[in-house]
Amino acid sequence: MASKPRITKAYTLGFAAAVTMVCSVLLASAATLLKDRQDQNVQMDIKTNILTVLDLVGDKEITPELVFTLFEENVDSYVVDNEGKRVNNRKAEDIDTKKEPNMLPVFVRMEGDSTVAYCIPTQGKALWSTVKGYIALEQDLNTVKGITFYSHAETPGLGGEIDKSWFTDAFKGKTILDENGAVVSITIVKGKMQSGEKNPEHKVDGISGATLTSNGLNAFIKRTLEKYEPYFKTVRGEKS
Amino acid sequence: MSLLSKKNMGFLKDPLMDNNPISTQVLGICSALAVTVQLQTAIVMSLAVISVLSFSNVLISLVRNKVPSNIRIIVELAIIATLVILVDQVLKAFLYDISKQLSVFVGLIITNCIVLGRAEAFALQNKPWPSFLDGVGNGLGYSMILIAVAFGRELLGSGSLFGFQVIPDAAYAAGYQNMGLMVLAPGAFILLGLIIWVQRTITGTVAD
Repeated sequence: MASKPRITKAYTLGFAAAVTMVCSVLLASAATLLKDRQDQNVQMDIKTNILTVLDLVGDKEITPELVFTLFEENVDSYVVDNEGKRVNNRKAEDIDTKKEPNMLPVFVRMEGDSTVAYCIPTQGKALWSTVKGYIALEQDLNTVKGITFYSHAETPGLGGEIDKSWFTDAFKGKTILDENGAVVSITIVKGKMQSGEKNPEHKVDGISGATLTSNGLNAFIKRTLEKYEPYFKTVRGEKS
Repeated sequence: MSLLSKKNMGFLKDPLMDNNPISTQVLGICSALAVTVQLQTAIVMSLAVISVLSFSNVLISLVRNKVPSNIRIIVELAIIATLVILVDQVLKAFLYDISKQLSVFVGLIITNCIVLGRAEAFALQNKPWPSFLDGVGNGLGYSMILIAVAFGRELLGSGSLFGFQVIPDAAYAAGYQNMGLMVLAPGAFILLGLIIWVQRTITGTVAD
């Protein structure tokens, strides 16, 4: 073995500093170089999720072109505020809900001139991470058309199951309003739903071993629906 | 000493069978369970581990005579962590869907004992070229098991390989069912156990 340099405290410190410098320069440049591509992927993923939850994709294979045309042709988007009024000078894609909690983006599926479904982003803390997803509602703004979670870091196999279709499919057809028109949201029960469970139209089966993830989801889905309720109320009012 | 001398090839071949990191040393089990539901993710994970392992071995071997021994583990970890994050960033940019499926497990290569283990046990005492071969060899040894387990799990659990259905519809019509157990982690344990059993029968290794 070659002779080791004489180890002094200063040498150790210097060595550590040099290693840190080299590593950070490498990482910083990689992150900067790849940022555009990564952002593009994230945008693509978000659009794909909106399309899926609005039931526009079907069995077609997802390609960037398909996502772009489907989105262009079928999806309209706008922003409302927490009192339910349209905000005209903002684009739904630009809203960072974390920074502007009172700006609420809405994505709608259009068929001709009429809106057939609504899709709203939802996010909140679950057990380990911030979970992000979309909820789509049918024209009546009561029945759930679909739900998807696209970004989370929950335990794979337990809380991580929230992005699997067996879990999200259970939300389809559930309703968010009680008979008086108040928002009750959808609750993920602990374990499986019992027969004779009260109000099964507002509940879905839970994931065993993921109670804390479910609790988080329950809380933030309800919060999101309540935030949008003023706007939904006006839409429902216009229709009836 | 030529680059591909018998001794050097030994560094490459040894970890494939006699000294396989998963089946003989039983390291890196966590990720082997997690990413082997499908072949595709297993292969991407394998490539990620091979590249991290070989480069970390080379880099650590290059600085082996300069590293103050009291901070050597920290330096090794810094190098490994940097490489892992680089791989993660590249995957996010070019293979976004797969990187989403691999989720935290790419990041967890940092804590994969194979990587730090090879750095400590081999790269610190050897020249860069043998260290590189050792890294590739161990990476391949890891990959072999990973891919074998993924092959079994995807075939039995989902009836497909690389996402293409291989079990004919007729078989399902005749009452064949996918084995749900294989999609879950215990399925990987069982397959891994069988692989270790077969391998040890062949090599005659006995753990004491």
